[in-house]
Amino acid sequence: MFIELGHFALTLAFAVALVQTVIPLIGAHKGWTGWMAVAEPAAIAQFLLTAFSFAALTYAFVVSDFSLRLVVLNSHTLKPMLYKVSGVWGNHEGSMLLWVLILTLFGAMAAWFGGGLPPSLRARVLAVQASISAAFFAFILFTSNPFLRLEVPPFDGQDLNPLLQDPGLAFHPPFLYLGYVGLSICFSFAVAALIEGRVDAAWGRWVRPWTLAAWIFLTVGIALGSWWAYYELGWGGFWFWDPVENASFMPWLISAALLHSAIVVEKREALKSWTILLAIIAFGFSLIGAFITRSGVITSVHAFASDPERGVFLLVITALFMGGALTLYAARAGIMQAKGVFGLVSRESALLFNNILLAVAALVVFVGTIWPLVAEMFFDRKLSVGAPFFNMAFTPFMVVLGLLLPVGAVMPWKRARLGRGLRQMLPAAILAVALGALAWAMQTGRSALGPVGVMLGAWLVSGALADLWLRSGRGVLAERLRRMGRLPRADWGKAVAHSGLGVTMLGIAGLMAWQQEDIRVTQPGERFEIGDYGIVLEGVERVEGPNYISTMGTMSVWRADRQVATLYPEKRVYPVAGSTTTEAALDNGVFRDIYVVIGDPQQNGGWAVRSYVKPFANWIWAGAIIMALGGALSLSDRRVRVAAGARKSAPPVPAE
Amino acid sequence: MFKRLLFALLVFAAPVQAVQPDEILPDPVLEDRARELSKGLRCLVCRNENIDDSNADLARDLRLLVRERLVEGDSDAEVIDYVVDRYGEYVLLKPTATGSNLVLYIAGPVMLLLGLGLAGVYLRGRRRTVGLPDLSAEEEARLKEIMGE
Repeated sequence: MFIELGHFALTLAFAVALVQTVIPLIGAHKGWTGWMAVAEPAAIAQFLLTAFSFAALTYAFVVSDFSLRLVVLNSHTLKPMLYKVSGVWGNHEGSMLLWVLILTLFGAMAAWFGGGLPPSLRARVLAVQASISAAFFAFILFTSNPFLRLEVPPFDGQDLNPLLQDPGLAFHPPFLYLGYVGLSICFSFAVAALIEGRVDAAWGRWVRPWTLAAWIFLTVGIALGSWWAYYELGWGGFWFWDPVENASFMPWLISAALLHSAIVVEKREALKSWTILLAIIAFGFSLIGAFITRSGVITSVHAFASDPERGVFLLVITALFMGGALTLYAARAGIMQAKGVFGLVSRESALLFNNILLAVAALVVFVGTIWPLVAEMFFDRKLSVGAPFFNMAFTPFMVVLGLLLPVGAVMPWKRARLGRGLRQMLPAAILAVALGALAWAMQTGRSALGPVGVMLGAWLVSGALADLWLRSGRGVLAERLRRMGRLPRADWGKAVAHSGLGVTMLGIAGLMAWQQEDIRVTQPGERFEIGDYGIVLEGVERVEGPNYISTMGTMSVWRADRQVATLYPEKRVYPVAGSTTTEAALDNGVFRDIYVVIGDPQQNGGWAVRSYVKPFANWIWAGAIIMALGGALSLSDRRVRVAAGARKSAPPVPAE
Repeated sequence: MFKRLLFALLVFAAPVQAVQPDEILPDPVLEDRARELSKGLRCLVCRNENIDDSNADLARDLRLLVRERLVEGDSDAEVIDYVVDRYGEYVLLKPTATGSNLVLYIAGPVMLLLGLGLAGVYLRGRRRTVGLPDLSAEEEARLKEIMGE
């Protein structure tokens, strides 16, 4: 009964979304306040109905209601509760429901927090947002209904893919969706502004927090996925340039560009039409991501059970929204007048350059991702585009971005002098080059990757610190520190996020350049060396888990004669799902991870063992968390929360 | 009991893991080359995995093939050609920069130049439309003075 109510609520939400799309748009066009006012309660009703529907599905998973097809396919009574709940979105139908839940949540939030918006803009934003959710409600109800019942319920379920039964992965999709779908609000704002025909500083101020929030969620979501891949897939890879990873990475790059260009709109009323375009494209990449993941057109490790009908439906949604928005853009972009004037060398230009680099990098990823499809369709060539290509084609953009960032970040608005920025950053540059050279001298190989990574990382972190220092004005140390502490949170957010990028760059380069690997057959009790460490396989035993059977090795890790850690790598067999997973064991450290995997038993009584020393591995995700933290700091800045336009002049900032 | 269970487990689902100890060549230089080459070759039955990381049987066969060719004295390029001859260019994770694939390779640089060009035109253009005259030499000097330089 509850399930049917959930199904009904979903249908009702669809109807509300349709109403919310049409009525406020007409109201805004005609200037009828009553019609415009429909949007707000409708957005909230839509969210509540969808939330009820989602709760119904979650309830079915929690109580293991095997009369529901989806529960049978993705759950099992023996599964731990956490994974029963995460099983709700561990499949296509449920994850789409989560998607619309978040979509309507953002719509409702725009209604709640949109009090300061002009009524017509708010009505239009909510209407556009509702049109997106209407499309996805239709998609769910017509092609991927999660509420289908079975005539003859089986005794037990078929279990969730064991790879997905992991805390890291349980929270990976919700974060990603919060990011993907968060960009829908930016899209709605962009389209509403185009309909309205007006983009001003206030618009930039409204859009930026949403972009920032979406970007933070995307950052966390991508980091969680990458971290999961690192410890779960058994060889410590953290990024595979898989089509679906790219699908999440492209919106990340574009939203990073968007949140920078929105600053220019907000502060200087320039780059308006470019910012609108970015907002449209950012959500476009989210839609393309949904299409790539769920259509199976581009094969990938993530593809949910794919289905051509769903693929076509999603393609139509993508084409409709992108086509519509871009047509509107082409018709209306011309009327947006730029106000702020700036010189060729200025913070505006620096941010524009940041945008070019990020956008082109995203396009390179895009072209690489769809190239196999294009080549097969138009040139009759069946080929692959994988990690080696992306590493080669993508990395240079990030290196250039990293090199220019600290200098661009200290440039003043309107007009700057390159020489001054460079001089200010000289100490940071010297430090970075020195550390890079040190890394070069200390490494054994002749690879440039590691030293360049160290240099970039040091450059970004010290550059961010120098930026804060420069902003603290003149005077004695104590006074400058005090002033530094009082800088707006947005300034701190900027410095923290930029340092996070540096930490991640260093982590990636360090790991890729200096990883050590050892693959061998080892006898229990025998010690072997890898790098500075010795590893002994103490024994192997069989352990029973809640819904799996595990072969667990006990390995001690030594540094000279001192024991550093005891690790328990496992190989798990999930009898119900009929599959096996490798559970690597890690000793996490600040400067290195020790990563061991147990393989198959050998005929002579030994075991195949793979072990790695992975330098700076944790820096990759630590950097991502720092970036997200920086974003959150910036989001918590008072200036973001204060109603836009309420105060014309910003509070005075200490002299530079 | 343990052994029997273990056997059952192995029959149940025995994953062949990525590079096995018995595959590794005694010559470390050759092995290094094999590993490098393996990272650029796709496991044909997997989704976007290279043969070095893949657990599939076919990937193991390909790894052994690569090592066989290396032991025979093939150069890296000859090994790749050998594999591509048999499995097609689908096996290459980094496609060759030939024919239509050139589009893939020049897309990035071209778009960057295009972006920079457009930005340049935009920046110059708006200076003119706004009609802001460049500062005169005196004004420049005065500005420098104000900026404290």
